[in-house]
Amino acid sequence: MSTATAHDTAHDHHGPPAGLSRWLFTTNHKDIGTLYLWFSFTMLLIGGAMAMVIRAELFQPGMQIVDPNFFNQMTTLHGLIMVFGAIMPAFVGLANWLIPMMIGAPDMALPRMNNWSFWILPFAGTLLLSTLFMEGGGPNFGWTFYAPLSTTYGPESTDFFIFAVHLLGMSSIMGAINIIATILNMRAPGMTLMKMPLFVWTWLITAFLLIAAMPVLAGAVTMMLADRHFGTSFFNAAGGGDPILFQHVFWFFGHPEVYIMILPAFGIISQIVPTFSRKKLFGYSSMVYATASIAFLSFIVWAHHMYTVGMPVAGELFFMYATILISVPTGVKVFNWVATMWRGALTFEVPMLWALAFIFLFTLGGFSGLMLGVTPADTQYHDTYFVVAHFHYVLVAGALFSIIAAVYYWLPKWTGHMYDQTLAKIHFWWSVISVNILFFPMHFLGLAGMPRRIPDYAIQFAEFNQLASIGGFAFGLSQLLFLYILIKTIRGGEKATDKVWEKPEGLEWTVASPAPYHTFATPPQVK
Amino acid sequence: MSAKEGDYYLPEPSGWPLVGSVGLFTTLGGFASYLHGASPMFMMLGIGILIYMMFGWFGTVIHENQHGLYNKQVDKSFRWGMVWFIFSEVLFFSAFFGALFYVRMFAVPWLGGADNNVYTHSILWPEFNAVWPLLTLPNSEGFDVASGVMDTWGLPFVNTIILLSSGATVTWAHWGLLKGNRNQLTMGLFLTVALGFTFVGLQAYEYVHAYHELNLKLSSGIYGSTFFMLTGFHGMHVTIGAIMLTVMLFRSMKGHFTAEHHFAFEAASWYWHFVDVVWLGLFIFVYWL
Repeated sequence: MSTATAHDTAHDHHGPPAGLSRWLFTTNHKDIGTLYLWFSFTMLLIGGAMAMVIRAELFQPGMQIVDPNFFNQMTTLHGLIMVFGAIMPAFVGLANWLIPMMIGAPDMALPRMNNWSFWILPFAGTLLLSTLFMEGGGPNFGWTFYAPLSTTYGPESTDFFIFAVHLLGMSSIMGAINIIATILNMRAPGMTLMKMPLFVWTWLITAFLLIAAMPVLAGAVTMMLADRHFGTSFFNAAGGGDPILFQHVFWFFGHPEVYIMILPAFGIISQIVPTFSRKKLFGYSSMVYATASIAFLSFIVWAHHMYTVGMPVAGELFFMYATILISVPTGVKVFNWVATMWRGALTFEVPMLWALAFIFLFTLGGFSGLMLGVTPADTQYHDTYFVVAHFHYVLVAGALFSIIAAVYYWLPKWTGHMYDQTLAKIHFWWSVISVNILFFPMHFLGLAGMPRRIPDYAIQFAEFNQLASIGGFAFGLSQLLFLYILIKTIRGGEKATDKVWEKPEGLEWTVASPAPYHTFATPPQVK
Repeated sequence: MSAKEGDYYLPEPSGWPLVGSVGLFTTLGGFASYLHGASPMFMMLGIGILIYMMFGWFGTVIHENQHGLYNKQVDKSFRWGMVWFIFSEVLFFSAFFGALFYVRMFAVPWLGGADNNVYTHSILWPEFNAVWPLLTLPNSEGFDVASGVMDTWGLPFVNTIILLSSGATVTWAHWGLLKGNRNQLTMGLFLTVALGFTFVGLQAYEYVHAYHELNLKLSSGIYGSTFFMLTGFHGMHVTIGAIMLTVMLFRSMKGHFTAEHHFAFEAASWYWHFVDVVWLGLFIFVYWL
């Protein structure tokens, strides 16, 4: 059995075409995965540079570096770029590289659409970033773009932002459709659903969340556009609409979105922990069911972002109980990772270090989330730095750390080279210490009452802000070391074995390192 | 004719996706510029590029399909793709339906002082009377006040009959294809397309009537907003579906599709049934109740 092609030249025996056209026109899942990952890294650095501006301005009280409007543009674009440009594309890149290899498929189910999903992104990113150079400046209403800040009071560039969101949504939906079709239709014989690696499982569920959530976001920005230009009054009470409606529609997308950015991370950690514990994952099926439960619950908790808007008490209670319920399946996951390590033969290679940091720090972010989920408590914490601390623990020390863990785990398989492990360990300790210096003080700032999204603050917040800024600069710098390690590994280094690690599980470790351009043209038999 | 089992068709590198990205970027960037006073040329150019992309890309797929490069597994990928695409469309519509339900059940009654919103009512607009359809707005300054709404059992009801019949005719065409009766296939498709475009025409007529005789516009407050947004996006989807079915009609006249192998036809008809069901939701919640 071989792979059929349009031409007689055998497709599966030659490598990629040379030059730029390889990347522009590629239909290969590994190439597209690489493109996604580099795009994501670029966006991480751009969004990171914006965070540096924010932390520099907040280094001391008073206005020093930027004017407030520009500060608002920085917080807005930092959030949007990190969510839609860095974290999400990184996970899609990992999915592209890994899912076909993990399930024994020759490629993604719809390779041309795969190319399109990626190549929309740079255009969407350009559209989004171009707003900074427009008259009146870029979007300045926060990444959640609440009406009427984004409708009545939004700058002119808001319309370009709206269309950038449309493009990002199209890209995500097509990417998700492709992933579902691949997982449901392309598994090797014998690879039943309950034999799939957890990374594949978590992505299957994530893709479902994407297809359900992104169109709702498209609806939200479409209503925004109509309110701005076509005289509708969706978010305008004078015409019978309601600005709170915007928040409902936005968070109906926004909360599943949060899990879109963390479920694949759960999958990654569930791949790494067993390898370095030299044990099978504890509670595989409960992991699958826990992931599905989290996905289901993510659709009925959205208004916990809106406890202070004046909902009926019945609504506040429902959303509070549903929110707290999420800690059950999440607790199952953390328990299973710990139980996997229990009495395992643990070693602490670089990916394991990042995975352990993930488990600790994500759980910490989960606990502060629990505090925020309680309505009366949230009334105190709402829109303070406590919220900022919470979601940076789950998104930076959670999602981003899991992505870095994944890169260190699979990079030798991708490049065929083992990276410099000493440098990678320096990267780890540097990041994990600085990330805590950066975000931990924000809890105290928030509890003491410092509001988020302000360029200036009262004098009593100065010390903790200074500390956070120092941590921020150090954390930013540590990612440049990551870039250096990556480039060094791609260009050369110690040859990696096919298995790379001592006893990793999964089909991707049965192919050569670096993985050949086409893998599993003949599907493997899975017992 | 069909590729061997186990041969999954992997396409060669393709330029169409990139053309599509350029097209989307030009269309949407051009639209945003147009909203700020630029000429619509860029938007038109973008739409042109997108149409070119669709001809090229779909043409390639049809060509590959006619040359038997797709096996059952590829066919199944296409099916999953279409199913989940329609699912995403359902969610797109549910954002607008959600807005309608929220406004009718919460926002408008609350503005009228329902539940514990007595002060909202008395402080903001004490004269406001919360009724649906909402024609007299809390503050009509800057809005076009409508004099009435569409009569449910007039044109909308006729349109319901038309769209439901078109759902039946497309199924009849499908039966023809399965039996190998090409005339029934072509005839069924022709009837479906004709009914589809009739529906779109009647909707356009209804819009003209609403705008000119009832002064019911997008800018007539929340009733007009939800009415035109929901029916407008639905009308757009009917148009797209009718174009898809027109392509199927031409393909069936060229002799494409066999009883076993006709994914494109099925995808178009699934899409058609989807716009049909959305219309039922519209008829009930926008026009009737």
